[in-house]
Amino acid sequence: MRFGWTADQVALREAVRDLLASACPPSVVRAAWPGGDESSVEALWSALTGMGIPGAVGELGLDEVDLVSLLEETGYAAVPLPVVETAAVAAPLLAATGDPGGHLPGILAGRTRVAVAGGLVPYGRRATLVLHLDGPAAWLSTLDGAVDETTVDGSLAAVRVPKPSGEPLTEDAELVGLAADRLALGAAAQLVGLGRRMLDLTVGYVRERRQFGVPVGSFQAVKHHLADALVRLEFAAPAVYAAAWALAGRRPERGRDVSTAVLLATEAAREAARTAIQCHGAIGYTVEYDLHLYAKRAWAVAATCDTDAHLARVAEALDLKGAAA
Amino acid sequence: MTVDLTDTASEAAFRAEARAWLRANVPAQPLPSGDTREGFARHVDWERRLHEARWSAVSWPERYGGRDASLWEWLIFEEEYHAAGAPQRVTQNGIFLLAPTLFEFGTDGQRDRLLPRMAAAEDLWCQGWSEPEAGSDLAGIRSTAVRDEAAGGWRLSGQKTWTTRGAFCTHLFGLFRTDPAAARHRGLTYFLVPLDAPGVTVRGFGRLDGDEGFAEVFLSDVFVPDADVLGGVGEGWRVAMATTGSERGLTLRSPGRFLAAADRLVALARSRGSLAPRLRERAVRAWMGARAYHLYTLRDVDALLAGVPAGARSSMNKLFWSELDVDIHEAALEILGPEARVDAAWSRGFLFSLSGPIYAGTNEIQRTIVAERVLGLPRGGG
Repeated sequence: MRFGWTADQVALREAVRDLLASACPPSVVRAAWPGGDESSVEALWSALTGMGIPGAVGELGLDEVDLVSLLEETGYAAVPLPVVETAAVAAPLLAATGDPGGHLPGILAGRTRVAVAGGLVPYGRRATLVLHLDGPAAWLSTLDGAVDETTVDGSLAAVRVPKPSGEPLTEDAELVGLAADRLALGAAAQLVGLGRRMLDLTVGYVRERRQFGVPVGSFQAVKHHLADALVRLEFAAPAVYAAAWALAGRRPERGRDVSTAVLLATEAAREAARTAIQCHGAIGYTVEYDLHLYAKRAWAVAATCDTDAHLARVAEALDLKGAAA
Repeated sequence: MTVDLTDTASEAAFRAEARAWLRANVPAQPLPSGDTREGFARHVDWERRLHEARWSAVSWPERYGGRDASLWEWLIFEEEYHAAGAPQRVTQNGIFLLAPTLFEFGTDGQRDRLLPRMAAAEDLWCQGWSEPEAGSDLAGIRSTAVRDEAAGGWRLSGQKTWTTRGAFCTHLFGLFRTDPAAARHRGLTYFLVPLDAPGVTVRGFGRLDGDEGFAEVFLSDVFVPDADVLGGVGEGWRVAMATTGSERGLTLRSPGRFLAAADRLVALARSRGSLAPRLRERAVRAWMGARAYHLYTLRDVDALLAGVPAGARSSMNKLFWSELDVDIHEAALEILGPEARVDAAWSRGFLFSLSGPIYAGTNEIQRTIVAERVLGLPRGGG
């Protein structure tokens, strides 16, 4: 048994973290909100492309284990672009289906971004293609007929698109299932990253903010909230990494493990958001302070996770029958 | 790839050997509670069988009765042990708490003298931390040790309490104040005390489950030679913190214990046929909690082997496993419904689980430790 990272994995993660620290600070996440300067968001995609992230699976030869901590970093930075969707979901699916539309070169060159539909299409306005994963089949459509939608997380640039018609990209249920699991794993990894970011912001704040003559972070009530939030995150993260391993090895228990990761990460990120806002006090309830950028993203990503379906999948793996079934 | 959550060939062989031995040797009928006098004696017999087959302390060096097992193998043994429904380890305070401290701070003489007898369940160790006025505030202990230069040792006086299985054990390890003038955390020394020494009185009393699992230990001018000081005079706090790290973290509460409990919960839920959605969700969440604990400890072992000391992270383990244990048992009692009132394995397990958030430092203390030493929040405050 081994459960650690290679030196290469650590180095890549640190490189991505450094890149995002400079290319995706809170000001760039803000710029992705309506009325912001989209050119800084475009510059961020160029920087990610320069690192080879869109072609991570094919060109760099990374698997889910290599990828998962990179995706966690994109969550930590709240990257307002479809990184998971393009790099971890669409690119490998296109490669596996022979890329009938010839989209992969554009993805690798950074010209083509793929968003994934799920009710809304997050980042649809910043994408050139939309991937629809629907049961046993997948479709690829353009943004024709897309309608903008206003979202709580204003950086989502979300749209609604018509249901796809015509030829599916693939009707291979296993490939589509794999793509859906990669999307779910990406969501779980981002949620862990977002949770860590909110916790870091809060720890920084409560060490500085003084009331009653002392830092508010010295009060037990605040400490205990933050300790609980940390424990949830720290115990969700290994489940996310284990799911990546199960997915990379196409192991039979991968569905159960991805769903476990999603459920633990969703709960951990929601608790981190709630704790972060509470421990900040009134400043956390403003749009001037940065915390809301990460909290709203966490809620948006969590909302894409169908908790009931994931619970049912773990229950089925454990052979537990529900009364309604 | 350094993630591989399957057994290597040698780990698989180790697992198979442990499983085969346990299958052939675990008593078919559960033993009576090891926290009663009669049950304790039966458990000591079991411990001696484990020792004869060299399974009582697998991670120790062979010369002390172990197998030189790696941390991974130790985790595997624990998984198999609990999955087999094997008896509770009444030697745990010695083998899992005192022994790691002896390996870190003991002299060769102490290790040679104490470890083989501990592994063989000839000496049975209990813990002497808490006192009537010092529970969570361990540094507030008042029991004293006064120097007896002529006799080459110390004279111990005072009272210890909440001592698990103290009424049945043969030896106690604990903290005593050797320098009353020094600051609270200083002036403490870690002593190893035989409970049959003149001046020791032990009184057992009932826990929440009614078993006589607790004891008070009264010491009146009890002589302990210098050879039974562990880690140096005045070093008691530092040495004791190593033991509490083991107690809160990996060595006392391996994931195997909770994986097995979660599997039993799932089997119970399955046996009920169709479950109401809420109960099914409770069972699923408890199972996921056990899995999360398992995976977290695997990451932890990898980090430990890479030389990252556990330190305050062991407080995160303690918070997680103690609350998980309550969750697992609460879920089981809800599934059992009216049958939960029967005094049986799940109801007893539930009562025991309620001690988890209290012993080894209450969870309130652990949260403060995590906040201050892991997150770096300022000390003090209210």
